[in-house]
Amino acid sequence: MGTYGWSLPVAASTYAGSIDFGIWLIHAAMLGIFALWGAFFVYLLVKYRARPGVPAVREDHEDTPSHISVPDSFSKFPFAQMLYRNKGALKSLVPDMIIMGFEIALIVFYAIPVWSKIKMTVPEGPDVMHVELVAEQFAWNFHYPGPDGKFGKRKAELVHFSNPIGLDRSDPASADDVVMGNELRLPVNRKVVIKMYSKDVIHSFFVPEFRIKQDILPGMEIPLWVEPTKTGKFEIACSQLCGFAHAHMRGDVYVQTQEEFDAWYKSRLATIPAAAPATSNPSEEF
Amino acid sequence: MSQDPHGHGHHELTFWERYVFSVDHKVIGLQYLITSFCFLLIGFGLMMLMRWQLAFPGTSVPFFGHLFPQDLAPNGVMTGAFYNSLGAMHGTIMIFLGVVPLGVGAYGNYVLPLQIGAPDMAFPRMNMMSYWLYLPGGIMMLSSFLMPGGAAQSGWTSYPPLSIINPGQTIWLLSMVVLITSSLLGAINFLVTTINMRAPGLTWFRLPLFVWAQFVTAILLLFAFPVLEGGALLQLLDRVIQTSFYLPAGLVISGVQMTRGGGGSVLLYQHLFWFLAHPEVYVLILPAMGVVAEIIANNTRKPVFGYKTVVSSIIFLGVLSFVVWAHHMFLSGMKTSLARIFMTTTMIISIPSVAILSCLVFSLWGSSIRFSVPMMFALAFLPLFGIGGLTGLPLGLLPTDIYLHDTYYVIGHFHYVVVTGTLIALMGGIYHWFPKMFGRRMNDFWGKVHFWGTAITMNGIFFPMFIQGLAGVQRRMYDFNAQAHNIGTTVAPAIGKMSLSELQWFCAVGLLIFQIPFLINIFYSLFKGQKTEENPWHATTLEWDCPSPPPHGNFTHDLNVVRGPYEYSVPGAKTDWSPQSEGAR
Repeated sequence: MGTYGWSLPVAASTYAGSIDFGIWLIHAAMLGIFALWGAFFVYLLVKYRARPGVPAVREDHEDTPSHISVPDSFSKFPFAQMLYRNKGALKSLVPDMIIMGFEIALIVFYAIPVWSKIKMTVPEGPDVMHVELVAEQFAWNFHYPGPDGKFGKRKAELVHFSNPIGLDRSDPASADDVVMGNELRLPVNRKVVIKMYSKDVIHSFFVPEFRIKQDILPGMEIPLWVEPTKTGKFEIACSQLCGFAHAHMRGDVYVQTQEEFDAWYKSRLATIPAAAPATSNPSEEF
Repeated sequence: MSQDPHGHGHHELTFWERYVFSVDHKVIGLQYLITSFCFLLIGFGLMMLMRWQLAFPGTSVPFFGHLFPQDLAPNGVMTGAFYNSLGAMHGTIMIFLGVVPLGVGAYGNYVLPLQIGAPDMAFPRMNMMSYWLYLPGGIMMLSSFLMPGGAAQSGWTSYPPLSIINPGQTIWLLSMVVLITSSLLGAINFLVTTINMRAPGLTWFRLPLFVWAQFVTAILLLFAFPVLEGGALLQLLDRVIQTSFYLPAGLVISGVQMTRGGGGSVLLYQHLFWFLAHPEVYVLILPAMGVVAEIIANNTRKPVFGYKTVVSSIIFLGVLSFVVWAHHMFLSGMKTSLARIFMTTTMIISIPSVAILSCLVFSLWGSSIRFSVPMMFALAFLPLFGIGGLTGLPLGLLPTDIYLHDTYYVIGHFHYVVVTGTLIALMGGIYHWFPKMFGRRMNDFWGKVHFWGTAITMNGIFFPMFIQGLAGVQRRMYDFNAQAHNIGTTVAPAIGKMSLSELQWFCAVGLLIFQIPFLINIFYSLFKGQKTEENPWHATTLEWDCPSPPPHGNFTHDLNVVRGPYEYSVPGAKTDWSPQSEGAR
């Protein structure tokens, strides 16, 4: 189990670093803005506290911009005149402009590229491992395709407490499928794509160390990918209120070396039960 | 203006007509004030129960434990289901029955007609109806605790399919429909009143900022609430007559196939909900900004800096608040490229908020700050709302939101906005307008005790939430011990032997204790407070131009508005305030 202190947990995926970078950068900026602004605020409170004989001083720049005399050189440029007359109001917008510039820079150079990498692309290729996840109140069921690389069919009417995902063992593709409850095993330094489904309500897959979170909606197929960079045991938490035992909906991710992972996979394949007889016309799949 | 607006001035009103089924905007405003205070206290009580569970999980709730039904809290130890219903009801009560009725129903009703020099609201009977829908709707909402299975327990957001299979939700939906109708009636009334009933000479750009804030708030309510009302009605049909607007096919609930589902979309409800619930954030914050602007102008003895910038920012906020709703849904499974657009609009909406806040701070420049009790609340609003706004930044940006979404960071963020922002400002509003409402002042010393105690304990509750959120602690967890990564910043010893959850619990107790001088101050001042004349703060706006408390019909003389709302310290004037209206007395 990772260690959990007063800061971000260990970063254990390829994109965790870029999310942490954003978190620290924004917090540094926030602290800076708050400190500067707070100092100015306190200065104003002290300097302009009410004292007998010292009245408030109005500055009437805004109410009477038409009374402000404009330098002759601006006379041919009405727009420049308007800006000059409203220079007091414009000056007050300087903090906005600074913050707006900072935000635009964050969007363009940080947020959109990182989001596109994490959420808008799904890695493909022979090296990518595939797992499917069927979430339910209050458990995570992981479905591995087995050596044939094909996921067997899952049918709603086959769901039973001994077969939580309703796997149809009569489907040839499902003969070598491995199903794990609340336990996800991944090889380190290899991309994995998890297609996520829900049987009942909305859940949310969250592994703090991977810095990844994604809601899982019933009736939809939602992909998620991650490439773990550290071996160890991490926690899977449900992040979307899913019922009375929401807090207890947890699982473990074991990130192992490829050899350890292969050995585990082999041991699970040996425990697969024999095929059950096919049932009546299946209709719904999830 | 001095004539009786209802033409029955000689008719002696009975007790019921005067105080219960009143059509006078001031009485209705006070009814809203008292009722919303009661609901705020109830919502606060629910929060205390939750904080007890979070600080001391698995122990019996003191005093109240034995009052709970055995199936929800065996031996006073609350279950997850009970905790969830406390959470859902805390959110619902605080937002829909506490803060909005206080900011809009109470202050809007009481102050807005006075500030525009109107004898009453445009539709007094509709105004009464609005209150008399709000109170039964609120009682109905509370009554759901007495239903079999308990109150709603699917969060204040009520996401299907959970809200369709959970108990308690039907009453929640029904009372939401009633409450929304009440808000809509109020919103129409505010709009018509502001547009039609301004005093002679009170042009749009002479309106006090509080009126502008209420006006834009009413527009938001009018356009956003019908969408939620529709969404809630569809959910009600899904629950009651087994339709399937939000249920996809193939659901298996606790191992049992659900046959009635199919053809519905889970995401549809979320869009409908947040289309209301984001503008709702501005419904919560705009009236508070209006109150702060009034108090700051009055206590700095100079005009609010950049009046037109603030007005245009309020309007801009109102418009933009309709195109940012999906920033609550970045990780909802919505199309991921769409999220980029909502992130951009979310960043843009921070600009008018920063503009308003900077104008309020710049107003202090060159001023003569009177540190009265309302001013202390208004000044505290600025940095504390600032923290709420700044912490919205990492939540509004997509990559950082992946990690922080649904953690305590979000809870800290919106409580800084709504509690240390809105509620602090609205409390300041009580001290500011109390002399107008009752003709007596509140005690200054106990006001300051209330202020410091409240401001410090609120921070003690909410600031640790940022630490917890950064450590990845999720919201809506009834037992932090259930997940290892939640423990370190919640129930593990942090300061000496005290955990952060215990610190938050003690601060919540402190917050409760510091409301006692406030309540005593209100009741004592009602009867024994120092008597005041009509304008004790030497303020300029029209509500200070009528007797305290104002009689039925409000103004005893004709109004003639000749200047802007905040003409303080005008060079050459006799006094350092120049009232908006000049005319025969």
